[in-house]
Formats: sequence, C-alpha cells, structure tokens
Amino acid sequence: MTSKETPDEFVRQFEIVGDDFSSAGAVSIAVKRLVKEVGFSPELVRRVAIAAFEAEMNVVMYGGGGFLELHITADRVRLVIKDQGPGISDLDLAMQEGWSTATTEMREMGFGAGMGLPNMKKNSDRMQVLTDQGRGTTVLLEMDAC
Amino acid sequence: MLMSLNNTNKPSTPAASMASIASWLEAEPLTGAQWMDRLIEVVISCDLMSDVLAFSKHQGLLLTGLTNQQVIRTAEVAGMLGIVFVRGKRPSQPVLDLAEEYSLPVLFTNLSMFEASGRLYSRGLRGYCSFQGGEDS
Repeated sequence: MTSKETPDEFVRQFEIVGDDFSSAGAVSIAVKRLVKEVGFSPELVRRVAIAAFEAEMNVVMYGGGGFLELHITADRVRLVIKDQGPGISDLDLAMQEGWSTATTEMREMGFGAGMGLPNMKKNSDRMQVLTDQGRGTTVLLEMDAC
Repeated sequence: MLMSLNNTNKPSTPAASMASIASWLEAEPLTGAQWMDRLIEVVISCDLMSDVLAFSKHQGLLLTGLTNQQVIRTAEVAGMLGIVFVRGKRPSQPVLDLAEEYSLPVLFTNLSMFEASGRLYSRGLRGYCSFQGGEDS
C-alpha cells in the first residue's frame, strides 16, 4: 500500500495479486474501512465497497494482478483499477448481465456469473473502461457523496 | 421471537434476533455468541456471491451452502449482519476466524436451503423483493 495524498485529496494505492483467491477481497474491505472512517453515508460506503470488490475480483480472476487506487475528496470517491491481463475482447458483451468467461474454479467460489462490470456500473455514478487487447484493462469509477 | 421495528415514515418491518433464528433453524452458533441479539430484517438465500452483491441491500442475513473465505468477504462488503451455513456444510477454522475478524455471527444448520428459508419466511421474515424497510429500499 502506498500513499501520495495532497491537502485536498486522500490517496491510497493497493496491490492486487493475480489468481490469489485466498486474499481476494481484502483490498476492498480495506477501502471500505477507509471510506467509512471519513464519515460518508452508509449507502455510499456500501456502493464503494461493492464496486471495489467486483473490480478487485476481476483483477484477481482475469487480470493477472494489478492495483487499485483510492482517491477521496470532500464530495467524491474515485477508484482507479488497473490490471495487466489480456484485455476485454468485446466490451459491449462484457457489460451485459450474465455474460462470463469464468472458469469452473471461479464459479465454485461463487463468482463468474457475469455480474461484475454491470454491478460496478450500478454502484457508481460514472464509469469508464479502457481496454486494449494484450495490454490490460483500466476501470475508472466515481461515486458522488450526495 | 419476531418483533417489529417501528419507523414513523415506513411500514412496520418484522425483525428477528440471531438467537431466535438459531432456534428456528436448529442451528449451532459457530462464531459471535456475543452478537446473538443482533436483529435481522431481511434474508437472502444464495450460493452465488455475485448475486449477493447485485441484489442484496443492507443489514441482511445470508443463507448459503458455500463455505469458502469469499463468502465471508462478500458478506462484509455487502453489509450483512450474519451468515447461516446450510446443508450441513461446516466451514473451516480459517473461514470462521475471518468471520470473527469482521464481527459476523455464523450459524450452522443441517437443514437444506429450501427448508431453512421456508422456516424463516413462515415466521415473518422476508427477502429483498418484498422488504419494506431500510434506508435504500
């Protein structure tokens, strides 16, 4: 975990280890605690936690590892999630609920139902996905405080 | 014992303590004996953690037959107040330790998901679709 905050912005960066299901989700729970400590509403805390968790699971399952960067300002939470995976071949398809390339192992863990990206969108006010075949994917998520 | 949580702006919401739920489900508390007075307003019965994240709202009870660590982390992220492991599936000690770390009471029952859900529904508890309370419902 690294920090590069300014007086107006709290920033933390967390490493996400690829294919490590035993620790998957730990980053999102740390993010949830930090956002909660700031004093944002329980609903905002919950939205941030769910979006972060879905993003983190995608990095673990498909991205081969990467990082999550948390930015907190007075009126907004911003998440930047970057992986080093193969990229998403058809983003429109990936945004559809139920579409998934999950393996049996992922499904046995209770994931891979094709709800990841749709769930990130549902729990954020703005979402941007930048993906490049062979060069990884970056997801930007913003949640407004009010 | 089933209670109603009074709120002047919303319909009365049935709620039950973890202790009552343990009794109804013939369940054994595996963690969180100190949290058995925690009140549950809504229940989600699900083995798909993606759906727990997608469809749950807040402060619910998760019934599941999955017993891995991701269940505990999903419950913590989704703001669950407790977990019931059904179908006689007992989680490992590291999973229970994680639940303790997140202050999540865990029950264990030999009942099936269907039977456990039915018992809770017949005593007035509801799922997210018909849940009337809560700040984000």
